[in-house]
Amino acid sequence: MTLLSVRGVGKRFGGLQAVNDLSFDVATGSIKALIGPNGAGKTTIFNLISGFLHPDRGEIVFGGTAVHAMPSFQVAARGMVRTFQHIRLFPKMTVLENIMVGRHVHSRAGFLAGMLNLPFTWGEERRIKEKSFEIMDLLGIVPHAETEAISLAYGQQRVVEIGRALACEPKLLLLDEPAAGLNMRETKEMGALIARIRDMGVTVLLVEHDMSLVMKISDEVVVVSYGEKIAEDRPLAIQKNREVIRVYLGDDEC
Amino acid sequence: MERKHFAIAGFAGLIVAIQLATRLTGTEYFLTQLTMTAYYSLVIVGLCMLIGYAGQISLGHAGFFAIGGYVSAFLTTFDLKSHHGAFISLMERSGALVSRQDIYGGTLLTVHPWIACAAAILLTVAVAYLVGGPVLKLKGHYLAMATLGIGIIVYRIVLGTEFLGASDGISEVPGFPLPGGLVITGDSSSRISNYYLAWGVVILGMVLLLNLIRSRVGRALAAVHGAEDAAGAMGIPTARYKLHTFVLSAVFASLAGVLLTHFNGGIGPSEAGVMKSVRYVAIVAIGGMANLWGALSMSLVLNYLSLRGYFGTYDDAVFGVILILIMMFAPDGLLRRHLLSDLKRLVSRTPAGEEAP
Repeated sequence: MTLLSVRGVGKRFGGLQAVNDLSFDVATGSIKALIGPNGAGKTTIFNLISGFLHPDRGEIVFGGTAVHAMPSFQVAARGMVRTFQHIRLFPKMTVLENIMVGRHVHSRAGFLAGMLNLPFTWGEERRIKEKSFEIMDLLGIVPHAETEAISLAYGQQRVVEIGRALACEPKLLLLDEPAAGLNMRETKEMGALIARIRDMGVTVLLVEHDMSLVMKISDEVVVVSYGEKIAEDRPLAIQKNREVIRVYLGDDEC
Repeated sequence: MERKHFAIAGFAGLIVAIQLATRLTGTEYFLTQLTMTAYYSLVIVGLCMLIGYAGQISLGHAGFFAIGGYVSAFLTTFDLKSHHGAFISLMERSGALVSRQDIYGGTLLTVHPWIACAAAILLTVAVAYLVGGPVLKLKGHYLAMATLGIGIIVYRIVLGTEFLGASDGISEVPGFPLPGGLVITGDSSSRISNYYLAWGVVILGMVLLLNLIRSRVGRALAAVHGAEDAAGAMGIPTARYKLHTFVLSAVFASLAGVLLTHFNGGIGPSEAGVMKSVRYVAIVAIGGMANLWGALSMSLVLNYLSLRGYFGTYDDAVFGVILILIMMFAPDGLLRRHLLSDLKRLVSRTPAGEEAP
């Protein structure tokens, strides 16, 4: 079953065709990787899918609904939640509070209820906290619950950011270079974590430069170059694809 | 009891202590300025919510204060006796109008202060939504400039409108009746009750805002303030949250305008002036931006000193200087941890020119 479908999407910035007629599907319950050389348009594609940018052409269908015209918060509320290439945790907030923000779409206390401290919000706050601790427990970050999130080590900040996304209980998790800046051991752990998230029933689409990670955990790989798809296949086949090798290594070498 | 409750109880204790002190020293006339300080403090805490917690600046809040004050002043002083029509007679029959004597002994038929207050708040909400929608799309300096524009527009309108008294403003505004025979009025006979009423309103406002900060919405606002794109990615409608906070703080300013106008018995165009808005922002800044208690205590001190005339003719200049000094040396405000050590470092360090950038 297809959870996300990108159909003929194009995006132009002034004279630059950043993404051109791009199409691919993400199957429910799979891990799909989006790879390509620097400047290939991977982050632009991510921004288009998550509602941070809107395509000039084509459509993006998520769970049967066209989402390409929606603002990012509506896309998130529908169950497609992203992380950022440069970690974007909320400063001056603890790890717990960061993850509690992730429960936003699953709670409803508004301005009036908050100001009047209405009784229904008490139970809601308690459930938000419980769920947040559940997620921190899953990720092994409970000891850092009361630490300011941005004071943690880089690798742990990544984990908190993923925890915050998981708190939204997404159907599709978009990870923008989850291994960037991590050392080898952390990268390995990140790979195991992503596989675990998939096993929990969350579909994953990731942009990643670390080829060993991509080849190990992905069910399918899409390769883009200059905003166009040049290959889409299983990891092993991608490794042997002549066009992919040409794009990554240049013509002369092969 | 939580810490929040201790702080509120402590502040209420301070208010009582100040009143007792004026009684013991025979300086109860200070209570008039202290009451006015309370209403200005209501503007400050509302603005603190907007600037400190939602991360949006407004240099136009004196405009919202003036909208509240002027609408209420106009409706409660405009004589409807010679006006006839279905709407007015309907209002009269439903009790929305009151008849009272003016100072010359004639009778006036005006809108009831409660209805006037409701109208003032409604107009404020409408204006805040209308201008807030497009204006809050701007960030930083641009938002400051645009809100400054709003303030200037309101100022020029009240200054140039004949039926709002032009440069004289509106006077002879009646008291604001409350249940239990209480009246918000500047009469010296009800000085003490008005002092407590005013600070009671401020404390109520504080309770509401402190609750809000600790709620789901407060967390969402902190998220919007800290990393707006990530907040959007968590499903928070960032534009809507900013707009609602803007409207909320405008309502605080407007209500303060209504009540202070009834307390003072009038309002003039200077209340809508740009320097008033700058003053509000300066006090929020010196209180530490995201610090409601800091803003409230600084408001108590500075507004009082200003109203007692301690700054003389340099009143506006003092607040300008405060804003400059705070931005340069203590951008986190005066009331915070590490202040003493920061000051020591400031005193002992090398002249500014020799410093590393």
